[in-house]
Formats: sequence, C-alpha cells, structure tokens
Amino acid sequence: MVAALALTTPAAAQDVAIVNAKLVIGDGSAPVEGGSVVIRGGKVVAAGAGVAVPAGIERVDAQGRYVTPGIVAAFSRVGLVEVDAVTGTNDRGAARSRFSAGLDIAPALNPMGSPVAVNRASGVTRAIVAPSASSNLFAGQGAVVDLADDMDMVTRPRALQFVAFGEDGSAKAGGSRAATFLLFREQLLAARSYARNPATLAEWGNDAMIQRADAEALVRVIDGKTPLFVRVDRAADILNVIKLKGEFPALKLVLVGVTEGWLVAREVAAAKVPVLVSPLSDLPDSFERLGATQSNAGRLKAAGVDISVGVFDDDDAHKMGYATQYAGNLVGLAKLPGASGLSWDQAFASISSAPARAVGMEGSIGSLRPGRVGDVVIWDDDPLELGSRPTAVWIDGKAQSLTTRQDRLRDRYATPGEGALPKAYDR
Amino acid sequence: MIRGVKGGLLAAVSLAFAGCAATGSDAKSAGDEPTAPAAKPVKFDKDPYPSTYKPYPGRPTAVRGVTIFDGEGGRIDNGTVLLAGGKVEAVGGADTPVPEGADIVDGTGKYVTPGVIDIHSHLGDYPSPSVDAHSDGNEATSPTTPEVWSEHSVWPQDPGFSRALANGGVTSLQILPGSANLMGGRSITLKNVPSRTVQGMKFPGAPYGLKMACGENPKRVYGAKGRMPSTRMGNFAVNRATWQKAAAYKKKMDDGKVVDRDLAMETLAGVLAGEILVHNHCYRADEMALVIDMSKEFGYKVSTFHHAVEAYKIADILAKENICSAMWADWWGFKMEAYDSVNENIPLVYKAGACTIVHSDDANQIQRLNQEAAKALKAGRRMGMQISDEQAWTWLSWNPAKALGIGEKTGSLKPGKMADVVLWNGNPFSAYTRPEKVWIDGALMFDAMDPKRRPVSDFELGHPGEGDVK
Repeated sequence: MVAALALTTPAAAQDVAIVNAKLVIGDGSAPVEGGSVVIRGGKVVAAGAGVAVPAGIERVDAQGRYVTPGIVAAFSRVGLVEVDAVTGTNDRGAARSRFSAGLDIAPALNPMGSPVAVNRASGVTRAIVAPSASSNLFAGQGAVVDLADDMDMVTRPRALQFVAFGEDGSAKAGGSRAATFLLFREQLLAARSYARNPATLAEWGNDAMIQRADAEALVRVIDGKTPLFVRVDRAADILNVIKLKGEFPALKLVLVGVTEGWLVAREVAAAKVPVLVSPLSDLPDSFERLGATQSNAGRLKAAGVDISVGVFDDDDAHKMGYATQYAGNLVGLAKLPGASGLSWDQAFASISSAPARAVGMEGSIGSLRPGRVGDVVIWDDDPLELGSRPTAVWIDGKAQSLTTRQDRLRDRYATPGEGALPKAYDR
Repeated sequence: MIRGVKGGLLAAVSLAFAGCAATGSDAKSAGDEPTAPAAKPVKFDKDPYPSTYKPYPGRPTAVRGVTIFDGEGGRIDNGTVLLAGGKVEAVGGADTPVPEGADIVDGTGKYVTPGVIDIHSHLGDYPSPSVDAHSDGNEATSPTTPEVWSEHSVWPQDPGFSRALANGGVTSLQILPGSANLMGGRSITLKNVPSRTVQGMKFPGAPYGLKMACGENPKRVYGAKGRMPSTRMGNFAVNRATWQKAAAYKKKMDDGKVVDRDLAMETLAGVLAGEILVHNHCYRADEMALVIDMSKEFGYKVSTFHHAVEAYKIADILAKENICSAMWADWWGFKMEAYDSVNENIPLVYKAGACTIVHSDDANQIQRLNQEAAKALKAGRRMGMQISDEQAWTWLSWNPAKALGIGEKTGSLKPGKMADVVLWNGNPFSAYTRPEKVWIDGALMFDAMDPKRRPVSDFELGHPGEGDVK
C-alpha cells in the first residue's frame, strides 16, 4: 500500500463520458441538471445537456451529483512547502539569494509532497503558485501547476512575476512606500536598459541595480509577456499601482489581496485589472487593511471587477480546499442586509474560470468548455458546502488517486488501542 | 459589591485561621518557623481584579417555530425558546406557553443554539491591528511565567471581539497566554460583550486557567536564546522542577506556615489545589501521555489538551482520563507536530467517548467555529460514524463550558442558565448560514437586521468601514 502511494505510475488519459450530472461549467452559468461531459485525449470535447456520448467510450454515471471543473487555486504555495517550520522542506522564499525576479520556482516544486495529494483530494486540480517575496520586492517567477499523481507538475512555467507593495514591499525596499515605488521603477528601467544594450550591465559593474537573470525576467514583465501579480491592500496603494500602467503600458497587472479594494472599486474596474481576493479577511489586522470587510469581493464584483477567490493570508500551501468554503460563505453573505456577496454561479466561477483568466489561461483551464483540459470532479454534495468532498477526480483526463497520507493515518487509528501487534504493523 | 471592597486590599486574611491554629500546636512546624506570634499565615486575595460584568437589559423574548439544538445533544423541531430575566426560562415544543408581552421572534426555517464558546483565543492579547505595540500574548522572557495573567494584557477595544460575536455567535471565550513558555500564565474567561475595562467582560465566577505548552514552541524559543529548555526532555525537566517547587510552596501554606508571597507559586498552588484549571497546548499523542504521567506525579489534573492534533491516536486514553481535547478541523503541516493531522480527528475523539471541543486559536476562525465543526462532522459521517447535528453542537458550547468550569451557568439551553443564545438564519452547519441574532444573558447584543445592534470599537471609529457589516 505504501508502495502503491509512492510508486503509482500515471494512468493513461482515458476517453470518458460522465453522464447524469448536475453539471457546472465553471464560467458563471447555472448548473445543468442531467448534463454530461465528454473527455477525449485529455481534453473536454463537449459538456452540457443533451450532449451525445460517443459509442464505445467509458461512461461514468454521476447519479445526479455535482460535476464541475477542478478548482483552480488562485494564489498558493502548493508544491513549494511540505512543513512550513522545517526549513529544508520550505522553498517558498529565498531570503539569502542574490537573485530576485529571476528566480523560477519550477525546479522547487515537489509533486510527491503530501500537500499535493491532500489538496487534490479536496478538489483542487490546478494552482497558481507564486514564491514569497523575501530579500527584494520581486519574489520571482511563479508557475501554473497541476496536482496530478505524477512527476510533472508544471502546466506553465514562469507564468507570473510576483511583487510585494504596501507594508511588506516597503520593508523590503528600505522602509517606505516612496522607496518601494522608486526601487520598482529603477529595477524595471535597468532591465529595459539591459535589454536594449546588454553591455550596460558590465558597465554598471558592482553598482548594478540588478542581476542579469533578474533583468531578463523583468523585461518579460515590461513587455507584458509575464503577468505581474502585485500584492497590495491599501486603497491609496491600489490606485498608485494601477497608475504604473501609465509608465509601463504593456504591464499585465493582476492585483492580489486588495483588502481595501471596495473603497476604489470603480477605479479598479475602469483599469480592467483582475483581482484575487481572500474574501473572509474582515479584521483591521494592519493599518493598510483598516477597511477590511467580507463584502469586499461582492462589492468589487458589483462594480464590474473580475474577481477570483483565494486563500492567501491563510495556509496557502496546505489548505487550498478552503477556496470552496470561502466561496460558499460569499453566497451566504448575499442574503444579509447591508452585505454584498455572490450568486452561487458567480462564486463557483471565482474559483475556477476567473483565476484561469487572471493568469491568461482561460482558454485551457478552469472550465468545462470544449478545448479545455480534462480536469473534472464529481462531488458527494454541493461543492461550496462545508465538508463536501470529491468522489472522483480526473486531471488531463486521467483518473486520480484520492488517497492521502492522512487517510492512512485515519484508518490505522480508526479503533483506538493496540491490537495483537502494535499499530506499526497495521497497514 | 463585596468583591469590589476586597479588591482594594493587597492581601486578605481569610480562611487560613483554622489552618493557623492547627499548625500552632504542631511542634515540628513551630521548630521550623519559630517566634513571630503576630505573623499569622495569610491567604492572599484570590480575586484582586474582580469581575464588574453585569448583564445588559433584555426583554422577555420567545423564539418560535425554530429548530433547537440544546447544546447537550438534544434537538427540538418546531420548538420554542423563552428568554426572561437574563435566563433561559423555557425550552420546548410548539405548545410552550409564551407570556403576555414577550417579544415574539418567528424562527421558521431558522435554528437556535447556545452561544458558541471558544476555549482558545488570544483576542485582546494579540488584537487587531497586529502591530508590535499590541503584541502582548507571550511573556517570552522565561520558560515558566505562571505569575503573568492574560487579563492584564487584554485590550478590550480589539475589533476581533465584535467579529466573533457577529459572524461566529461567540458569547464566551477564554483568553490564554501564548505558547512560547512551558507555563505561560493565567488565562481568563470573558463574556463577549464590549466594555471599557477587561473587568467589565470577566465571566463572573469562572475559575482561572493555567496555560501550559508542550513540544516545539518552548524548546525553540528558549533553545534560540541558548538556554534551557532546548529539547523535549528539557521541557519536562523544567516543568518538573517547577512543579516540585510549587508542591513544596503549597505544603508550606497548607501546613499554616508563613510564606513570602510568590505570584508564580500562588498560581501553581492553585492548580495543585484544583482551583485553577490546566489548559495544555500539546499536539502529539506521545507527549500528551507523558503530560498525563507528570500530572499524576505532582497531583494535578489536565482539564484540556489544546491543539490536540494527534488526540485520535490516544482517544481511548483521553476518554479514560476524562481529559478534553480542543481541536481544529483541518489545520496541518505548519510544523512537525502538526504533520499527522487527520480530518476525522474530532469525530474519532468523540466516538471514543472523550470530551470533544472545537477551538480556534485564531481571530479569523473564531468567526466560523460552527463551520469548522461542520467539516469535522461531515468527515466523520463519511467514515461511517453516525453523529447527529445536535450531538456535534456539544463540541461548540457544552463541552467547552464544562472544560472551563462554567458548565453550571452556560453552554446549553436549560432553564435557569444564562440566556447566551444564537438565532441562525439557517442550519448552522451550512456555509450559507450566518448568525441573525445573538443574546448574552438575555440581552440582544447583535442583530444582523439592525445596524444599531452592531458594536463598533473605539479603534474603528473614524476609520474606513466604521460600522460596516464586516
């Protein structure tokens, strides 16, 4: 059994039709009763009501249960951390590295780490993974990953650059927001100079603002080839970050956190910048989050902002599954006078197609529209309800193991006390 | 009133006279402590910062047509709860008589439960905003600090209190010192009402607790300072040496001898006397078993293991020892001692017959303890355990109340108990449900339908979002 966990060889992509489903496409449309989804060659070829199931392919009867695209974790550290407090297993940041923007997390990912399996078992099939900013404003290049039970996690490497503004960025830049914005500009301008004439880097010598690898990564940011994910919370900081597009017009900004976003929702909507929020943060836990409210996501959405729901400021390596709970809470919030939440359909889209769109991959992940990857989940109940779990998960059309190390522990101790032999013999 | 007068005295001479007289005739004792006939052994005031909490005015109120979880595992469909005089007056079916003039709340489609009690909170000691100036939860300057009292750090203006009330239906909570120290100090139990002073929140008559911590935190904090303890065996050595000292101090007091006032020893003697309850942060099964042995070695009892991530591994032992486990539904992986977490921990402990509590240790999760219980409940049912919603509610009010020593007064909807009550706008184990009204001692302290029944702390006044629904 242990061997099976460790040595599972990836299943081949199946052609499969899941029928008789309460089918959620994930694009904000309402669930369809009696729907079907057909996966061929690892991709969705059809999904909806009245879809013809090709003869001869495997049929799975969902028995009326919810069938959805896999959850896309909007902002996470899955694969980078096994145990936070055990340094050797924690690759989220690189505080003593001389590099920053150039860091690429792809080789740090551990597909065999237990968080991958645990998050998969809670219905997460893809994740946007970003490093943490540690020695510099720029944290480095994150990736979009899959959580399949195989050795290749990377869906898209260098899918984003992450930068910290606000209090965190200020601390890294030298102590004030003035230093943050100046350092940001100077590093981008240095990268641009390097791109125009690589010899300048040698001319700068020891005074160089930037390492070559960092410059190359930032050039892709300036050119809009790599989306720039910006951690920012204070309303005024949000506006100043948006203004950066005036200087660097090709920047593809994605805002992360945005706790006080609702105070400047119209401006954020006008800038057409996607926003990733952690929606249940409602405490003024710093002076840049005084306006924190659970209505932030709903109010941004109502103003026309494209929002995704994530779990950052929480356990962002181990508990991606909180995304469904948080989305469900936004549905409940919609019923309260004075509060703003989301409809169920919007809430589900905020943890599937919206994060896919934020990272520029709406065409390939995050929904069951034809042409997308075959990431499908059958749930035992309403996926936004507490404690609902997948009963089956496919990633790229491959059926996945849902057994985790935690399940093995649970089963070992299902009955307390020792038997004829110690628990260590029970497996 | 009497408390108020007593509180002004540094040390009150009290019940010690009997002990004094007995000791006076003890030749051996007299030999140890000769002379000074005027030096009467004294017991020090055990309540020098007394509660000034008074229930706020309420109105006789009947919630009708509602599903009731009584907190002790009972359920009534289409029930009636009657609150009057600050107490639960009656709990029954649709035919429960409602007195003339009582406010009537239509509870159709809604649920009533006892208020949620969080046995593990740091609100006030680690308040929002969490700036260094507010970091008052760990006196991390010595591995044992039983002399510190968490209530002396509580900032009553922490906006977290109102979030716990409005979103979590939390009516009482224990504020513990943090876990840097083996013996972190005394805890305090509060009623979750806004107040200018911490005394105005203190749960009247609640016993004190002692916060202890196992494992990684103390050895990390003091190991990093290059001093003992830096290992788990060091943790135990320091604990045992301190308990030994406390046992000697207590014996001296019990023998009627004059003792120098020692605030640390006073707390530990209170534990050994059974007056102060031990709340022991302890994740690992093997360490909990060692702590149980230590408690027997020195003659005290652990009320509750907090963060008991591995309680499921020794649920039978915990049941036999009658020790509660306070647990998260699914936190894991943040440190080695949290690595063996399972989603079924809470239901497995419950099914083994041990006292089961859901706790938060967190200013965010305290707002959703009902949801944490729901996740654990579902995990248990998936494993085949038959646990009803109303049974699961015991994890949220009745068990924590008992573990805090306030079970006689609150924690369930029994006539005569404090009217600490939540009306939920749906099943409280659903993500789509929120508290609609919260009463504390029969006073309506939160009403989702009325912006005026929503506390705004001093800190929030004049800041963005003041009085927002949050």
